[in-house]
Amino acid sequence: MKFPTRLSKWFSSNSTLVLLVATLVVISLVTGLFAGTLLNRIITVLFVNLILVVGLQIFMGNSGVLSFAHIGFMGIGAYASVLFSLTPQAKAATLPDLYPFLAHVHLPFLVSLLIGGLIAALVAAVFGYPLMRLSEAAGAITMFAFLVIIHVVLVHWSTVTNGPRTLFGVDHFTFLWNSTVFGLLAVFIGYWFKESNLGLMLRASRDDRHAAASVGVNMIVVRWIAFTISAFLAGFAGGLWAHFITSFSPNSFYLTTTFTILTMLVVGGPGSISGAVFGTVVVTLVYEGLRGIESYVNLSNLFPVALVGFTEVFMSASLIIILILRPSGIMGGKEITWSKKQDDKLNEGA
Amino acid sequence: MITLDFLISAISLGSLYALIALGLVIVYGILKLVNFAYGELIMIAGYTLFVLSGFSSLAWLIMAIVAVIAAMATSYMTELVAFRPVRTKSLTAMLITSFAVSTLLQNAAVLIISPRARPVPLPEVFDQSVHIFGADVPVRNILIIVSTVLLLALFTLLLRKTVLGMALRAASDNFRMTRMLGVSANLVISVAFVISGFFAGVASLFWVGRAASVTPTIGGAPLLIAFVATVIGGMRSLEGAVVGGYVYGIVYSLLSLLLPQYLLDYREAFMFLIVILILLFRPEGLIRANVTPERVG
Repeated sequence: MKFPTRLSKWFSSNSTLVLLVATLVVISLVTGLFAGTLLNRIITVLFVNLILVVGLQIFMGNSGVLSFAHIGFMGIGAYASVLFSLTPQAKAATLPDLYPFLAHVHLPFLVSLLIGGLIAALVAAVFGYPLMRLSEAAGAITMFAFLVIIHVVLVHWSTVTNGPRTLFGVDHFTFLWNSTVFGLLAVFIGYWFKESNLGLMLRASRDDRHAAASVGVNMIVVRWIAFTISAFLAGFAGGLWAHFITSFSPNSFYLTTTFTILTMLVVGGPGSISGAVFGTVVVTLVYEGLRGIESYVNLSNLFPVALVGFTEVFMSASLIIILILRPSGIMGGKEITWSKKQDDKLNEGA
Repeated sequence: MITLDFLISAISLGSLYALIALGLVIVYGILKLVNFAYGELIMIAGYTLFVLSGFSSLAWLIMAIVAVIAAMATSYMTELVAFRPVRTKSLTAMLITSFAVSTLLQNAAVLIISPRARPVPLPEVFDQSVHIFGADVPVRNILIIVSTVLLLALFTLLLRKTVLGMALRAASDNFRMTRMLGVSANLVISVAFVISGFFAGVASLFWVGRAASVTPTIGGAPLLIAFVATVIGGMRSLEGAVVGGYVYGIVYSLLSLLLPQYLLDYREAFMFLIVILILLFRPEGLIRANVTPERVG
């Protein structure tokens, strides 16, 4: 086959990926070229959240199991990467009791991020393996228990996390351009996983575990692989976020963030990568818009009392409405595409 | 050292936890929904006490009754508005809905009242203590034990002797069969939510009494306790929830007594580790219920 034909064939069979990447690149370029500081920061966080949401989609969308532990992995990745990227001087200031073998380590940003992601993946792989056979209520509670345990450990392991207090002095390494690159990579990984045999096997076991087992799908192992990959992405995103926000505490990796990321995925539709991408974009825009209104109202003293919590009330109410009216999200579990030959049966959402 | 006052405080903690767990499991038994918004019912009752204390002429007991009713009403409303429409959809949708309801109620409290703690009125007996066999025992602890025993007895009577109780038990045993026999699904589920709100409300009176204040996030800790207790006891039976509550209360008190200082902070992590281990190796909990797992469809 000639190269142009092959190229156009690749484009039409991977049109979803092309469309998603194009959308994201446009968002990033427009922001980078025209937007002010505030919008630039919002879009940078959008790409970090995109990694989290796509990571969650890899596990939740394909396996149908609700994962609360995800934000815990984000926390692990954030703290782990910072331990490697901080300069020895900064460590002495912010973590005076740090173990000696860590106190003098100083690695480049990207390497630290990778280590953060790998440590999160390792924790998920080791402690998550026995949880993989649980679904439904038992699965949800164990995942929740996992999140609580990670949180308790982060809060109390003061030697490496500075305890419940804020960890400060992290270098600012994450900017719009690199968060865009990593966000796009996450979309690639999510897309690859969904199209791969692994993704297909996982969805088969989600829809009918016995039928899938009868054709040789080992549900536990497939779920476990997805869980580990998704934890890696969460940990990586955690590191990226840590080097953006530069000071944070364990509370950043608990229920509020879990709710935000879960909202993004559910609003978009957990059944597809397009759902993850558009959920992230839509929820970020609405959320930041409301936050803007909230702070405008508070600054202009329109009401005698400060308006706090309004954004969250609105977001949770709309999440409930979405779940009632369109439980498979905006995208309804489908991918955006321009080719008509897409096999809808393979892409149906959870 | 295990002394009498340790014993009484452990049992009273267990009683409180049993009440909390029972309220969660009554909904779980029928709807197979782990209600993340359950802790917020405790918060609602607490805030009702705070709001009513503005009208200081009221007796505490009346305020307490109104607070319990507010928790029951909120529980019923969440069922009506949020859970009923998603009931037939996936379990994941229902779980996320309850998570959203929890966030909604918490932030509504932040928005309407304040993110900061608010004082709640307490009856004088809560601060008193009595002398039993040479031990100083707070009256509050005795009150918790007595009211838990009373409520459990009443609840057992309701379940065993009334038609409604029979319908509730039948529904948690086999929901589809119960519906075929002419029991209204909506009615049973609503009643379960109202009872759940009742237990949350009563537990709240004692829970907010510990710090004498209420915050928007006060429901988090009792929710986690209810999770642990129901899993320990066995999620499918009401007896299991009660047993689980007592076991949790006593084990937790023992851990507080026995763990060395540097591990004390990790108590919660230990409890949740127990949860994971139980779900993995004995998912039916301590009390094995003779029912088939099934969801309302």
